[in-house]
Amino acid sequence: MRIRISHETVYRYDQPAGGVIQTLRLTPRNHVGQFVVDWRIDVSENCELAQHEDAFGNIVHTFNADGPFTELRVLAEGEVETQDTGGVVRGTIERFPESLYLRETPLTRLDPAIAEFARAASAAAGGGALKALHGLLARLHGEMAFDTDPTHPATTAAEAFAMKRGVCQDLTHVFIAAARSLGVPARYIGGHFHRNDGVVAQEAGHAWAEAFVPDLGWVAFDPANGISATDAHVRVAVGLDYLGAAPVRGTRTGGAGEALTVAVQVAQAGRQMQS
Amino acid sequence: MPVRLAFDEMKGADGTVRPAYSELADWLKDIRPDTLDHRRQEAELLFRRIGITFAVYGEADAQERLIPFDVIPRILSAGEWDTLRRGLEQRVRALNMFLRDIYTRREVLRAGIVPDDLVFQNPVFRPEMNGQKVPHDIYVHIAGIDIVRVDADTFYVLEDNARTPSGVSYMLENREIMLRLFPELFARHRIAPVENYPDELLATLTSLAPDSAPGDPTVVLLTPGVYNSAYYEHSFLADKLGVELVEGRDLFVKGGVVYMRTTQGPKRVDVIYRRVDDDFLDPLAFRPDSGLGVAGLMSAYQAGNVTLANAVGTGIADDKAIYSYMPEILKFYLGEEPILKNVPTWRCREPDALAYVLDHLEELVVKEVHGSGGYGMLIGPTADKAQIASFRTKLKLDPKGFIAQPTLALSTCPTCVDAGVAPRHVDLRPFVLTGRDRIRIVPGGLTRVALKAGSLVVNSSQGGGTKDTWVLDR
Repeated sequence: MRIRISHETVYRYDQPAGGVIQTLRLTPRNHVGQFVVDWRIDVSENCELAQHEDAFGNIVHTFNADGPFTELRVLAEGEVETQDTGGVVRGTIERFPESLYLRETPLTRLDPAIAEFARAASAAAGGGALKALHGLLARLHGEMAFDTDPTHPATTAAEAFAMKRGVCQDLTHVFIAAARSLGVPARYIGGHFHRNDGVVAQEAGHAWAEAFVPDLGWVAFDPANGISATDAHVRVAVGLDYLGAAPVRGTRTGGAGEALTVAVQVAQAGRQMQS
Repeated sequence: MPVRLAFDEMKGADGTVRPAYSELADWLKDIRPDTLDHRRQEAELLFRRIGITFAVYGEADAQERLIPFDVIPRILSAGEWDTLRRGLEQRVRALNMFLRDIYTRREVLRAGIVPDDLVFQNPVFRPEMNGQKVPHDIYVHIAGIDIVRVDADTFYVLEDNARTPSGVSYMLENREIMLRLFPELFARHRIAPVENYPDELLATLTSLAPDSAPGDPTVVLLTPGVYNSAYYEHSFLADKLGVELVEGRDLFVKGGVVYMRTTQGPKRVDVIYRRVDDDFLDPLAFRPDSGLGVAGLMSAYQAGNVTLANAVGTGIADDKAIYSYMPEILKFYLGEEPILKNVPTWRCREPDALAYVLDHLEELVVKEVHGSGGYGMLIGPTADKAQIASFRTKLKLDPKGFIAQPTLALSTCPTCVDAGVAPRHVDLRPFVLTGRDRIRIVPGGLTRVALKAGSLVVNSSQGGGTKDTWVLDR
């Protein structure tokens, strides 16, 4: 599938900002089943984008923009060609042994409820990591409701699981914590998802997990959709949790009354984008 | 009780005064108890006036406390110090090689010297540092190596401190106070100076400036602020070094370079002696809620435009779980036998070791792998049944979280106590500075003393005091 993506983050300030510094993980890379046809990042203020690769192989851009300004737009857009690989992820940049991804982070800390959930799902699925993970995926998708209200970017896996609701980020954190509790290395993927119902405009990027299965390697599981990743998924950044793969991290000096809006459009290339 | 068998550094094993202490022993014999007591009070007054205090976390009443100072110095002979110095240099060289390896080629893991999971699943291993070049390939620029002694010839490394070791201000203050109070004692000894520590530290820090820095690099000391327990030391050192004491908000990053806000406008910063923990250094790379760091600092670090002393991620070298592998690590990199031994250590992650430890809890010291400051530790011989039972449960639940060591008969030194002069257990924290050019160690270090009779815990947060440490010139 050829997917056209536009991901815009807009900050508006009641009182002008004095300046910002941000790090961006907004740039997808190539791997088997994903080819970046073209991609660009545009910041509304005059600035220099310094590019480097982080320890996980993500492309990171850092920039400073000097104010005063009352609005800042960060746009990432381009086209990516994808193929369905049955969820198996190959050809990615790997700087660490899989075992690194057994590490706990504050956002993915295991609690007894998630541990029990993982144990039960794995037991019901019967032998093997792959079956256990599919069991986990199906149960999580069934038990946790998609709800943008109760959670925020700092919500932990345990908090979201206790409420049985959250956004894709929260479901992914729970999935990661559960998989790690079964001794399966798991990691967070930030990216985009092309909906097949014709809806192009989305309020945020997408998130899912990858888990390491012996003999198969990394396999992508999307608990918000209850499926393995397909050619509708565009993988942008990888991390131990949301923070490691966050599309934008930044701070600002001066200014007040910040309002943040994110506008994402994911459409099949060549088709009309609606805004 | 092993405590009774402790080696006394003045009286040795057989009760005869050891040569290094001969002058001091004579002096102690002659001095009137009330004179000693008077000097002791004077010392306390001086410390209060200087305002040297530390904060104890978790104590509601005493926010700032005076660390008790003992006026009787601890003395090391030139020969003893020479061995220590060589051992410390060797140890710190190995720590730096280990860190460089762990964050680049990981040969030590491939060789099977250290188990993978101890590194990759260790919270103090910083994935962000993987493949990251640090200026001059040095990670630990300021190390505090805790040394204990068990007999005339045996010094053990108890702990490596490779993150932000503190205590050097006490070493300097203790000497200054002693010089004022006991000039006659100094006249009777030839003691190696420690006063040059700030010069040595500044020379070290300056030598570490990145290649992109101007000829005359700017060094600053980054503190978490006045609420930090070691704030006194931060301001003291900045003053002695003649560098700016800054907080995160005084710095900013632009175009991959760190700047300090000054009244004359932004000034480039090349070397940051940071006393802020990794987690709080940069809200864009680590804890996003940190108000103590500098946004974008890691991007400047990655660009090679600033030196952080110590480097980010050095905690993996002083981790208590890694500690037990240090003799093998040292041999692996240097091909030498360690001059300073490790304390024999049982790794509770190994089933046989765990079984032994559970059977011998009454004799052992059990430590949390990630604990510090003497918290979260069991001293078997002095613990009651309830404490032992609680540690037994903890150990079974999380064996990987603990190591155990024999209860060492730490050496004792004569110390002023209420009943006169009596032996008390001591340890030693020398400070090892690694610059681009060479390693510098000021002779001596901080001697900590357990003031309670029989106590083996020397940490200031647990009622320990300090002593001036004398290294004899000959």
